[in-house]
Amino acid sequence: MGYQHTLDSRVWHFDDLKTLLAKASPYRSGDVLAGVAAESPVERTAARMALAELPLVRFLEEPVIPGEDDEVTRLILESHDARAFAAVAHLTVGDFRDWLLGEAADEATLTAIRPGLTPEMAAAVCKLMRNQDLISVARRCRVVTRFRNTIGLPGTLAMRLQPNHPADDPRGILAGVLDGLMYGCGDAVIGVNPVSDDMTTLKVLLESLAAVIQRFEIPTQACVLAHVTSQIEAINAGLPVDLVFQSIGGTEATNRSFGISLAMLREAREAALSTGRGTLGSNVMYFETGQGSSLSANAHHGVDQQTCEARAYGVARAFEPLICNTVVGFIGPEYLHDGKQIIRAGLEDHFCGKLLGLPIGCDACYTNHAEADADDMDTLMTLLATAGVTFLIGVPGADDVMLGYQSLSFHDALYLREVFGLRRAPEFEAWLERMDLVDSRGRLLPVTSRHPLLAMQA
Amino acid sequence: MNEFTPPAPSPPSQPTVIRDPWIGLRSLTPSRIALGRAGHALPTREVLAADEAHARARSAVHAPLDLDDLSGRLAAITKGTPPVRVCSAAPDRQRYLLRPDLGRRLSAESRSGLAALPLGPEGCDLAIVVADGLSTTAVARHAAPVIEAILAGLPPACRLGPVVIASQARVALGDEVGQLLKARLVAVLIGERPGLSCQESLGIYLTWEPRPGRTDAERNCLSNIHPGGLSPADAATRLWWLAGEARRLCTTGVALKDRSGEPGRLGERRASTPCTIAGGVGGATNER
Repeated sequence: MGYQHTLDSRVWHFDDLKTLLAKASPYRSGDVLAGVAAESPVERTAARMALAELPLVRFLEEPVIPGEDDEVTRLILESHDARAFAAVAHLTVGDFRDWLLGEAADEATLTAIRPGLTPEMAAAVCKLMRNQDLISVARRCRVVTRFRNTIGLPGTLAMRLQPNHPADDPRGILAGVLDGLMYGCGDAVIGVNPVSDDMTTLKVLLESLAAVIQRFEIPTQACVLAHVTSQIEAINAGLPVDLVFQSIGGTEATNRSFGISLAMLREAREAALSTGRGTLGSNVMYFETGQGSSLSANAHHGVDQQTCEARAYGVARAFEPLICNTVVGFIGPEYLHDGKQIIRAGLEDHFCGKLLGLPIGCDACYTNHAEADADDMDTLMTLLATAGVTFLIGVPGADDVMLGYQSLSFHDALYLREVFGLRRAPEFEAWLERMDLVDSRGRLLPVTSRHPLLAMQA
Repeated sequence: MNEFTPPAPSPPSQPTVIRDPWIGLRSLTPSRIALGRAGHALPTREVLAADEAHARARSAVHAPLDLDDLSGRLAAITKGTPPVRVCSAAPDRQRYLLRPDLGRRLSAESRSGLAALPLGPEGCDLAIVVADGLSTTAVARHAAPVIEAILAGLPPACRLGPVVIASQARVALGDEVGQLLKARLVAVLIGERPGLSCQESLGIYLTWEPRPGRTDAERNCLSNIHPGGLSPADAATRLWWLAGEARRLCTTGVALKDRSGEPGRLGERRASTPCTIAGGVGGATNER
């Protein structure tokens, strides 16, 4: 079915829903590369006007990727809850934006309608929203998850501690872990990206991280971000796996390019639950996503990258993860060219994730061949903190020496805590206080060389 | 001074930068740990150090490659045969970065130039393509020593094609070059995406029977060739091991497991300098 809009007596035609969504997207390099972006600002405006008039129910009638070709579409449609949708079923996309910004959309209502919203509805309304809209609505969404601590409570910001090492050296990784803990980071997860996926490396890293958490009784969880099949193998071998990680995308073909399927994710979740390692809750999964992954795998079906990304959240929420983050500037300038595009995408991803009910965080990051720098990351993290982001990623000095890109530093988290009065996951912050690392307001205390945590390497 | 002038602040009794007592652990990792802090922020020294590293990395991406200098050095190594210069279809750096597809194809002029080269009907066993990729610094510093090491290990029966220098080039440009040179195997030496801590890493991608349309799964990769990583001599040894296996199996890529040294790399979000090419959010992050 085609769509059209008349602007200044010119009729603009859009062949189908995915074309309409793509043409209505803010300008970004990945959609241009895919050949799906609007040809001109006027065409983009016409598409946005046509999209504003589209009834939300249309997304249930016309999947952007046919269900017979794609298990993600089937998951989205089969899990759609018509009763939850009823509250907004009468709205167009434009009315839905107005409704979201109004007083009716309070925390309880936003929670109640989640199962009735599809990723495409979230993506569509996102395209009509300005950055401030993305912030103010996301801020009202509440998602709380638990494993060994509580993530997502009001007034909190968690941090993933990312202590990667270019040779997977466990002592080097523990030096990074120590650095992060001393700076009060690590409540979301202590998560290592391994260089090598082999079982020997996985065993060494999992056991090192588990030993530190156990020895110092840290209320947090560890993760080694190997392929999901390796992590299942590790669980079966009796290795200490807290969270199971996987990169996911918004189409079946993207996931195939990652070597996974929904069935594999179900198997992974069952395996992780079977270990019973979570003390407070059973959110056992950790996902990463990022705009551009479907295009880079040639698996986008002509769907714009932001809609593909929202569909990845449709996958993620089916597995009740502890945390999920967009890796927003990692993939390169051919997908998000500059600071402006990275910042916009970070806010879009956070909004869509929260609206769909995900405990979503962000790896606010950039590569050295993108037109972005640390000032852009300052802007993005400040906006995300304003929007109530669940967690961010911290790397020593913001320099990931293994992955070769810049994320945020542990210092950046201190800045956000000071400016916004944000606390850590309460169990983790209580531990920091017991360890004399922070005061009762969560501010760092001076430490001496005799601090017990410094014996970690011994 | 009158009575309304506030007293001058006294010199601070505390140091302005709070130092981290675990600074001794720096020997265990190249990570920027124990940086200390000024209030909650990075100290000035560390902000400037990161700024300098970023500037070097940006320069590695954007600084033009001195083609005359590289050609001269390569001609000396190859006993006087000047390298052939080609350009991709990306006309400048900006479009190269935004349109990876253009960087994977030859410009029309370069295509006809290569096609007109006087080559024997049997072609060559190995063609070497030096591609600028995402770090011209890496290519300027390490391409010549690596090619010298490769030539030192050249098996007697191996017929080497002309060395090609490709500008605004991605890995897959080697497929078209290799096909036009009638090469059984192409080795693309390419500047890898620069990080803050290493801006001059060179990678080598090997592709059997190169032709447009080859996928990344059909290549083998040696990465991290720089002073802190793989040496030119070790890279050449491993290249010849892989070349021998490629010839024996008549293939490269996932079917050819590199057992010449390093363990395979099949992580998720993987290093900027991957050894095995597969999915993951990071799967598309390299110079390919």
